[in-house]
Amino acid sequence: MEALSFEHGESVRRIVGDLKGRPGPLIEVLHAIQAELGYVPAAAVPLVASELNLSRAEVHGVVSFYHFFRSTPPGAHTVSVCRAESCQAVGGEALAAHARRRLGVDFHETTPDGRFSLEPVYCLGNCACSPAVMIDGRLHGRVSPERFDTLLAGVDPDPKR
Amino acid sequence: MTLTVYVPRDAGALSLGAGEVAHAIAREATARGLELELIRNGSRGAYWLEPLVEVATARGRVAYGPVSAGDVPGLFDADLQSGGAHRLSLGLTAAIPWLASQQRLTFARVGVVDPASVADYVIHGGYQGLRRALAMSPQTVVEAITGSGLRGRGGAAFPTGIKWKTVLEQPAGQKYVTCNADEGDSGTFSDRMLMEGDPLSLVEGMTIAGLAVGATQGYIYLRAEYPHAHRALNQAIAAAYQARYLGADVMGSGKRFDLEVRLGAGAYICGEETSMLESLEGRRGEVRVRPPLPAIKGLFGRPTIVNNVITLATVPTILHRGAEFYAGYGLGKSRGTLPLQLAGNIKRAGLVERAFGLTLRELLYDYGGGSASGRPLRAVQVGGPLGAYIPASQFDTVVDYEALAGIGALLGHGGIVAFDDTVDMARMARYAMEFCAVESCGKCTPCRIGSTRGMEVIDRIIEGRDTEGNVRRLEELCELMVQGSLCGLGGMAPFPVQSALRHFRGDFTARVAQ
Repeated sequence: MEALSFEHGESVRRIVGDLKGRPGPLIEVLHAIQAELGYVPAAAVPLVASELNLSRAEVHGVVSFYHFFRSTPPGAHTVSVCRAESCQAVGGEALAAHARRRLGVDFHETTPDGRFSLEPVYCLGNCACSPAVMIDGRLHGRVSPERFDTLLAGVDPDPKR
Repeated sequence: MTLTVYVPRDAGALSLGAGEVAHAIAREATARGLELELIRNGSRGAYWLEPLVEVATARGRVAYGPVSAGDVPGLFDADLQSGGAHRLSLGLTAAIPWLASQQRLTFARVGVVDPASVADYVIHGGYQGLRRALAMSPQTVVEAITGSGLRGRGGAAFPTGIKWKTVLEQPAGQKYVTCNADEGDSGTFSDRMLMEGDPLSLVEGMTIAGLAVGATQGYIYLRAEYPHAHRALNQAIAAAYQARYLGADVMGSGKRFDLEVRLGAGAYICGEETSMLESLEGRRGEVRVRPPLPAIKGLFGRPTIVNNVITLATVPTILHRGAEFYAGYGLGKSRGTLPLQLAGNIKRAGLVERAFGLTLRELLYDYGGGSASGRPLRAVQVGGPLGAYIPASQFDTVVDYEALAGIGALLGHGGIVAFDDTVDMARMARYAMEFCAVESCGKCTPCRIGSTRGMEVIDRIIEGRDTEGNVRRLEELCELMVQGSLCGLGGMAPFPVQSALRHFRGDFTARVAQ
């Protein structure tokens, strides 16, 4: 396990200090850490545990239970493709296959150049405008493979790509 | 004269370019020297017309849609200011047949009001319900909810009044009102629309619930996939505090009610009420064994109301207009209205709120206009990923709790996902098992292991290997999961599989060995 950098350690301590007085604070703490650092480093787990008076197992258990929390740094852009039924009914599977091919990675992976992380998501609540994709928190509806490429180029106009 | 234009900030409308349209309108108004009031409302729910732009005129609000940013200069040229004719013109919004034929009680303000404005909410009938509730005893408020016939709109359809009565009857002390806003079912988006388009009705409903049962603290458990709803709720809550509809002295009554939003973290199971409570306490979202019921021992071990967004947002209307008024809609044991959601392969997708009693066919064809692809509809899945697939031969079924149960289906949260005749039902059955495997909390074996075995068996069926034997094994496995799982995830994940086997058996048995 990589040691926690000094800056990350300071961030984690400050976040826990701000939130520890709230009822049932662990998930809020993890959200705040991920919002600031982009992920929840494994080395942050013992620190969070001791600050909240929980066991490391309890904290690790929560981090690993929830799909939203990640233990590795994300790519510069996070692309979430909906895999659920409504999107499947209008070409969602073909779009998911296209996304994998286009980025050259599978779901839950990050491109080797660190530009994109590809994540599956089970419903973005945009089912009246399927298929749906979220890129860096921005929702897009009725996404065809062509539109997917345009959207990617919009967030990362790298000429090599 | 100020030009008042409405452009939705609903996530669905934004996903189709409403943000760019709003910018273009602001730019164009400035260029033409017009004074503009741009209101970012919720969506009316007619998503095939989004982005839907409305203009306030002397005749009422006039609609244009679907508008793209490039259309905006042309709209101004066509005298949009006074609702002038244009190829995107839809006439008066209130007269659009798809909207005019609906019976919107819970969604009466969604798409109409400015979601961030308490003043606008009050102008449109907001806080009338709370005003009445404050003049009533807690028992009378609970009786009104019971008398309205309101049942939990999250999917379980449990009578809301009975739940409230149980919490009310617990000894005084810390109690909680929690709102389940973990709307994870594919094909559903009514919670999201309501939270983005009229969040104050949820805030008001929770406040009434708190006063009725003696709870001073409310939590909205919101899924992390809904960042727009998160922002809209936080804005509305801050505005309600500012105007003293929340806090230590609700509407000058001397009674306290505090409310905050807690974010989930991408776990479908947290839509199950006991799992949601675990998650609110900051733990893994593993389901609790019942009893005790959450109404007796819920959040942090205290008596707790757990209701869905739509249930709570309907409460103000019931208090304002009366229990009989609400119960006057619907039929049998399904009283009131239901916001149904049309999704998937459907031409006119969106939100349809009507009294119980409509048939699937009316919804799919009169409102939905048939498939988006133009091919025949083959099946619909009602009630999310744990809901049954219903074949076209049963489209005359009435959409209410009892009629759907009668054909082995369930209404759930009211989402309807349409599929055309290209759908492979064996693959949809496999997906049901895959989803259960991804989302299982792992606490009980039938769900944790059964879902993975289910996927494997269906894979063999799809490959055409011993289809008869494997279909038999799949049926036995489904039975075991239904009977043996701890909660509705493992207990209902077989429903889509079993219904697919019942109605589309050929998709399983007629596979050719690869």
